[in-house]
Amino acid sequence: MFQLFKMAFRDLGRNKRRTILSALAVSVGMGLLLLMSAVLVGEMRGALQNTIQLFSGHLQIRGLNYDENKISLKWEDLIENPQALIDTVTAQYPQIVDATPRLVASGIVTRGENSRGVQVIGLDPESEANQVYRQGVIAGDFLTSDDREGILIGQPLAEKLGLAVGDQINLLVNTSNGDVQEQMFTIRGIYTTNTFGYDESTVFLPLAKAQTITGAENRASLIFIMLQDRDQADSVAAALQSPNYTVVTWRDMNAMIVQVEDFANAYMTIFYLIVLGITATVVSNTLVMSVFERTREIGILAAIGMKGRRILAQFLTEAALIATIGVIGGLILGGALSYYFELYGFPMDISKMGLTGILINNRIYTHLTLDNVIYLSVLTYIVTLLASFAPARMASRMEPVEALHGK
Amino acid sequence: MKEDSSSKEFTMEVTNISNVTRTFTIGKVETRALRGVNLKIESGEFTALVGPSGSGKTTLLQIIGCLDQPTTGSVIINGQDVTKLNRNQRADLRKGTLGFVFQFFALIPTLSAYENVEMPLLLSRQKNGTRKERVMELLNAVGLADRAHHRPDQLSGGEQQRVAVARALATNPKLILADEPTANLDTENGRQVMDIMQRLNKETGVTFVFATHDPRVIKYAQRVVTLRDGLIVENNGKSAQA
Repeated sequence: MFQLFKMAFRDLGRNKRRTILSALAVSVGMGLLLLMSAVLVGEMRGALQNTIQLFSGHLQIRGLNYDENKISLKWEDLIENPQALIDTVTAQYPQIVDATPRLVASGIVTRGENSRGVQVIGLDPESEANQVYRQGVIAGDFLTSDDREGILIGQPLAEKLGLAVGDQINLLVNTSNGDVQEQMFTIRGIYTTNTFGYDESTVFLPLAKAQTITGAENRASLIFIMLQDRDQADSVAAALQSPNYTVVTWRDMNAMIVQVEDFANAYMTIFYLIVLGITATVVSNTLVMSVFERTREIGILAAIGMKGRRILAQFLTEAALIATIGVIGGLILGGALSYYFELYGFPMDISKMGLTGILINNRIYTHLTLDNVIYLSVLTYIVTLLASFAPARMASRMEPVEALHGK
Repeated sequence: MKEDSSSKEFTMEVTNISNVTRTFTIGKVETRALRGVNLKIESGEFTALVGPSGSGKTTLLQIIGCLDQPTTGSVIINGQDVTKLNRNQRADLRKGTLGFVFQFFALIPTLSAYENVEMPLLLSRQKNGTRKERVMELLNAVGLADRAHHRPDQLSGGEQQRVAVARALATNPKLILADEPTANLDTENGRQVMDIMQRLNKETGVTFVFATHDPRVIKYAQRVVTLRDGLIVENNGKSAQA
């Protein structure tokens, strides 16, 4: 075994430049794949984190008949006196970090000739769970609980309608009795969550004002709950079950992201194999050249009694060494790139893509997982060895007498 | 040497070749390199195969050495009909029974002189201690113990060929086949290599068969077998075949 490695090592050293180029091909291929996997994981992780933080929370308590797609405001679909329920559950379950009522309505924002369909969310400006919006205010101020004329709008919407802090807009909303109500609001602040799709279509009112304008009175569409850890969602949801309301978890609400991730993973595997196929061709080519250059030596080794399988093992060992150097290089390259983009983010101008439904951040922060590191290292190794098999077999099947004559 | 191995000479046949032909086909052209060769080589011989280029010397050596297979005929090496052996069995026979010295200095360039001689012993799975001892013994025998850790490109042609002789002897083979071993050497180095081969033949009793057309090398041989056009025409001074 030692002899195999010693000979392989020296054989690779004969043409250092070629060996380095082959290993480099493996390194670059694998490094880029690691980065790609880190982008995908980071993107999905970011999307999930965003969606949980902004939109779904870890849990939501909803009225029994509430259908989030219809954005119903009928009293029977809403939760009456949500604060009482919040007080009860937070006292009972220490896993709940924040619980806050939200009222969701559909509406239309109009400014002069321009109008846009929006989702109007009434929230409690004092709640910890809503601080993410307070932190995202880039102009003006956040809402206050007793504000009756103020509205918070997203940056993309402000840009599209040419709005600034202090400007007035007309907001038309659906009401609980099926009518519409409209009122002029003053823009108190402009926010960003760096999530274009969300910021473009969501405006905020203080909960009390939202309840008044929609006629929901003291009702809310849902109670938005954040837990200490998202893994507690299932157990807390099970404990919260009641005949008076339904409890849904972040997993139920984000099924689409999970599906997209599954699809992306399947797609990526094909992509991995294409890239590795190209690098494997380089390694295979190197070994073919090496076999041709060493034909006479193969003849000598066969003449002194080296069997075909030992010659096969010799070339496969050389391929394994190239693969090892390549994989180490790939880990360094991919690790460094992933680490850099994990710190500084990867610019991704989603606004031009028209993507909705998934809250993808405008900057993707890569995240390299141990699973992907192991998977891609092993995959690179196997593909490289498989590609080396043909030249190694060619060497092992040479007739000694022909090989000795360099044929 | 005759005295040392005379008892074996009539009892042990290292090689027995009967009616061997070898035809090469290149495109549509058939070349008959051997046209019915019969040859017996007995243990301890120091035999030269001589003849002009294209007479079939190398082809015959390759067939005796199990590097090539005859088109027809039988080849018995050390009591075994090698035409019935498969690839791996032929490799095993080469490893244990045969040694080779080629015209070109056939050393592995990435291995030192020591490692080149050690290679057949590694393939025979000999233990580390005995291996080391054997390699140094052989390098001493060819006068290269002090060059043990030099790579082939740091050795002269003569030295390389002496390492090849040491390697051929490593596993104590019955028969060593040398194809024009001095063809690429100057007179002095050629003489040294032949002296060493002759001495080892006498000291160890190992059989040598070498192909040559150099009269200075032929004079070392105890027995001279002459080939012409794929046939043995003279065997130790006697006309062999019509």
